[in-house]
Amino acid sequence: MSDPNVTANAVPRTCDGYRGPALNVLNAQNVCVWSDVKVESTNGRFQGIILPRSETADDHHIVLKLDTGYNIGIAADTITKMTEIGRRVANYKIPEKEFPFDAEKPNVTLLGTGGTIASRLDYRTGAVIPAFSPGELYGSVPELADICNLTTEKLFGVFSENMGPEQYLTLAKRIGQEIEKGADGIVVGHGTDTMHHTAAALTFMVQNPPVPIVMVGSQRSSDRPSSDAALNLIHAVKTAAEGDIAEVMVCMFGPTSDQYGLLHRGTRVRKMHSSYRSTFRTIGDIPLAMIDAQTLKPLREDYRKRRSDREVTITPAFEERIGILYYYPNMHPDLLDAMVELGYRGIVIAGTGLGHVNKPLYPALKRAQEKGVHIYMTVQTLWGYVQMYVYETGREMMELGVVPGANMLPEVAYIKLGWVLGQTDDRDEVRRMMLTPIGDEITTREPYNGYLVFQGAIPEVQDFLRKVRR
Amino acid sequence: MPLPFNPFPPFEQMGPEHYAEIGLKCGLEVHQQLLTETKLFCRCPAGQYSDEYDAEILRHMRPTLSELGEYDGTALMEKKTRKHIHYRLNHHTVCTYEFDDTPPFFLNDQALDIAIELALLLQLNRVSEIHIARKQYLDGSIPTGFQRTTILGVDGWMPYGKDRTIHVRQLGLEEDSCREVSDVGHDRTYIADRLGMPLIEVVTEAEMKTPQEVAEVCQIIRKLCRSTRKVRTGYGATRQDVNVSVRGGTRVEIKGVPQIPRIPRLIYNEAMRQCSLLNIRHMLLERGVTPETFKWYAHDVSDIIHRHTDRPLNSLIDRRLLVRCVTLKKFAGLMNEQTQEHTTFAREFSDRVRVIACLTRLPNIVHSDSASELIHSTDWRDLRKHVSADPDDLLILVWGDQADTQRACDEIAIRAHEATVGIPNDTRQAHKDGTNGFERVLPGAERMYPDTDLPPICITPERVDRIAAQLPEYVWAREDRYLDLGVPPVLIERLALSPCAPLFDRLVSELRTSPTLAAIVLIERFTSLRRAGLDPEVLTDDVVYEVFRAVSEKRLAVEGILPVIKRMVPHVRADRSRMDEPAQLVTDTLADLSMAPPAPDDVVGTISRAIDMTKGVGRPFPSEEARCRYLMGHLMDTLLGCIPGTELCRTLMQQAAATAVAPASPNN
Repeated sequence: MSDPNVTANAVPRTCDGYRGPALNVLNAQNVCVWSDVKVESTNGRFQGIILPRSETADDHHIVLKLDTGYNIGIAADTITKMTEIGRRVANYKIPEKEFPFDAEKPNVTLLGTGGTIASRLDYRTGAVIPAFSPGELYGSVPELADICNLTTEKLFGVFSENMGPEQYLTLAKRIGQEIEKGADGIVVGHGTDTMHHTAAALTFMVQNPPVPIVMVGSQRSSDRPSSDAALNLIHAVKTAAEGDIAEVMVCMFGPTSDQYGLLHRGTRVRKMHSSYRSTFRTIGDIPLAMIDAQTLKPLREDYRKRRSDREVTITPAFEERIGILYYYPNMHPDLLDAMVELGYRGIVIAGTGLGHVNKPLYPALKRAQEKGVHIYMTVQTLWGYVQMYVYETGREMMELGVVPGANMLPEVAYIKLGWVLGQTDDRDEVRRMMLTPIGDEITTREPYNGYLVFQGAIPEVQDFLRKVRR
Repeated sequence: MPLPFNPFPPFEQMGPEHYAEIGLKCGLEVHQQLLTETKLFCRCPAGQYSDEYDAEILRHMRPTLSELGEYDGTALMEKKTRKHIHYRLNHHTVCTYEFDDTPPFFLNDQALDIAIELALLLQLNRVSEIHIARKQYLDGSIPTGFQRTTILGVDGWMPYGKDRTIHVRQLGLEEDSCREVSDVGHDRTYIADRLGMPLIEVVTEAEMKTPQEVAEVCQIIRKLCRSTRKVRTGYGATRQDVNVSVRGGTRVEIKGVPQIPRIPRLIYNEAMRQCSLLNIRHMLLERGVTPETFKWYAHDVSDIIHRHTDRPLNSLIDRRLLVRCVTLKKFAGLMNEQTQEHTTFAREFSDRVRVIACLTRLPNIVHSDSASELIHSTDWRDLRKHVSADPDDLLILVWGDQADTQRACDEIAIRAHEATVGIPNDTRQAHKDGTNGFERVLPGAERMYPDTDLPPICITPERVDRIAAQLPEYVWAREDRYLDLGVPPVLIERLALSPCAPLFDRLVSELRTSPTLAAIVLIERFTSLRRAGLDPEVLTDDVVYEVFRAVSEKRLAVEGILPVIKRMVPHVRADRSRMDEPAQLVTDTLADLSMAPPAPDDVVGTISRAIDMTKGVGRPFPSEEARCRYLMGHLMDTLLGCIPGTELCRTLMQQAAATAVAPASPNN
């Protein structure tokens, strides 16, 4: 709390977020948000500071912050009298300290898209909003200054689910500019929900970069003491500043324990749990590397190495009229017909098993082919390859123009199809580009340890869980 | 200000007048676990403890800003300790919520109802919409780094004695924390089974003036909670924090006292500590040491210490460890000032070094006031020379690695600086011997943050009315009533808090059962049955009621109550549906045990037959009285429950007397 007298006078008397009966009571009693009030009600007396009300909450209650720090709601219709005895305005600010510059240290650019690396509370919505300047970041994660010189730029302030082609293109171009300007590494702060979509998009749009491009986020917002944000950020910045892997990567918690992060290839990674810290997993392959506060330990050798030149191929293109069709038993062909009629240029099917849909869909597939719609098959099992020769039905579908997408993840195939169709509509060229891997979105082999979904309660797994923190 | 009395009187001699003189003021925070099936914010079972664990995870805590943009002092302290926190997870008692990998589910309604009930009993000004807050705990006892907690009401009261009231500042509903397993060096281990269990926190105003008053008020709050019959009992189910201050002192919180009888001595020791610390400040002031003039410095003295190998200290300090010496200007002689029983001022420093610098192996400091043999006086002379200390300066040695000793020196200086100010705002840990030790810096309102994961919950007037309609009678009123009814005094409190109390009331008012009989059966006899492994609680109140009804209708003798109960328990356990018809169940059981009321002639016949039988016994009874005793025992077995013991005895005596009149009858 800053000096109440100075701030209180400068802040206008408003009733942020209050509506209806609650607002009427505030007005009638001539009090407002940040008023320190004594309240008399039919439930007894209370004293505290009136806080702004979340806009999604009901309009019957007034929120007070008691001097113990607790918040309580008082029903407006129980209030008989409110007396203002002062005003105290909250001044939420992450302590800002100038980020130190050290000519010996590498330069890292952090591009923000709206994730919560450092955050503060938004009283209107009750949600957290990100704080982002280098000074603010240094204030909350001072360890960063031991690693690099940091510059930050907030490109957008959108939630992960609202990221889309427009943002992909802007991001790709900005990364190109930062590489040209001499950044030693780039970190992209991103909400986690669609981080793997953006990671795939950047892999296709920013090819052959000379420096690491690391995407990072957090599963627990940084306003919580147990947040994974600081550790993820430290790992990502370290990867960008010192790492030798010049690819688009996702850097997130390895196990749920605070131990190490994993670097995943942008095209093989997927969010696999709605809330776990260790939600990002490399699917059908092994991750690129492990990273902790001390070392970056590569887990494979076939990565692209950091270079000193500034060459990079930026291809910002995206056709938006594409979609994913998640097949389910008894899917009716009209769904596919509708997409074709609505002018969709490309469709990725997430089929069952080795890549199947039911027979009634075949005529619709044929109609789509005739309209020149590009259809690619992926598997909803996520692990494993499409194999359309094994059963007769698969062969029939291929004759209807469905192209097997090998072991491309459905979301990755979707992003790639959008990117390819943004550049060409030529059937053979699209096919050639789709099936030519750029960053392991299709791999030639699946290693035996690329598919590991352990089952609890099995003795050897329990044994592992007891011995190994994960 | 010097001590009002020096030396501080022993515990046994401290009376209310002494505590009044030092201006003792105490408040209480009583934490009581609620009797719910599941935890507060997830669906894990509540109340199941085991030291077995299936997996372990590792976490660290970072302080975050409060809602109003401030860092909490406690949070910053825990940050300094750099602890690795290990959680042990048991498959049966912990889900992904407890270790913060799943957001909270909705708040447990059963727990909220119990909390509302207590808010009503404590006459609080009730909140109409509860807001879940996050109260930061960076010690790791909660994996999220905060406790989800909410306030149900403020400013309530309860009677204390005949003419006093104790004011209740607030009632909270919150989740319990993990149980600590160990804390050594930079590693702290918890087991997570208790984590997330619902508990309420009753906070009183600081209105208690003596340690005994605190114990009494604590007892009242406990009884009030238990009178709902919806709270857990047993070790650790109720834990209290005591807030203590003396005149001129500061509020200090002693955490986690599990047993009420331990409270008075803890408060006594804290009162002594605060008086002693005020006295130390006074002495420092006389030496010219103020917060502004306070000076200290630290030196690396590893070379001097490791130069010797023969000193006892060398066996404590590994040669590879760094040894630092903190010089506190003009502090000489203060370390031996008594602060608590068997405790001196030096422990204030040792505690900080242990907790914050994580130098947990004791002793962790050696100081120049000590006459300890650990270090020669000549060595102290060398050290003084090396660090250019004056004779009135105090030297403290600490040893460990670079970072920990650095931290230790800083903490020693911080604690010494605090001594010039007075009493630091500590949260202190209760020790078994009645003393207390530093646990952490007392947290403030800065550690509160709204929980953005959960919306506020409206407590509707309908909900409150429903709970108010079923509010239990105040336990003190109930006790007075039982006293008037003539319940044996030793059973009054147990009965008033027992789940059987409503049944007792029905038996006494509806069946006119004797209060003594009902109390003895429901409290004493049932306890014996439980100890014998038979659980009478499986029987519903209605079933037990029917047993007593059989007695009141003279279908069963008093002596038959327990045999009937004993017979029913296993049957009911096998088939609970038998309790759907309680009257039938009891009738069947009576028949089963041949406890149907016999015709008076049958009783007489049975007695005569028994008397006849005794005549055939080879060895004659030494006396008529012995014969009657034998007969009584025999008949109680056969006629158990059919006829009251007193009546049986009377009939037997009559008949025995009749037969004894004609002992010489030749036909017999």
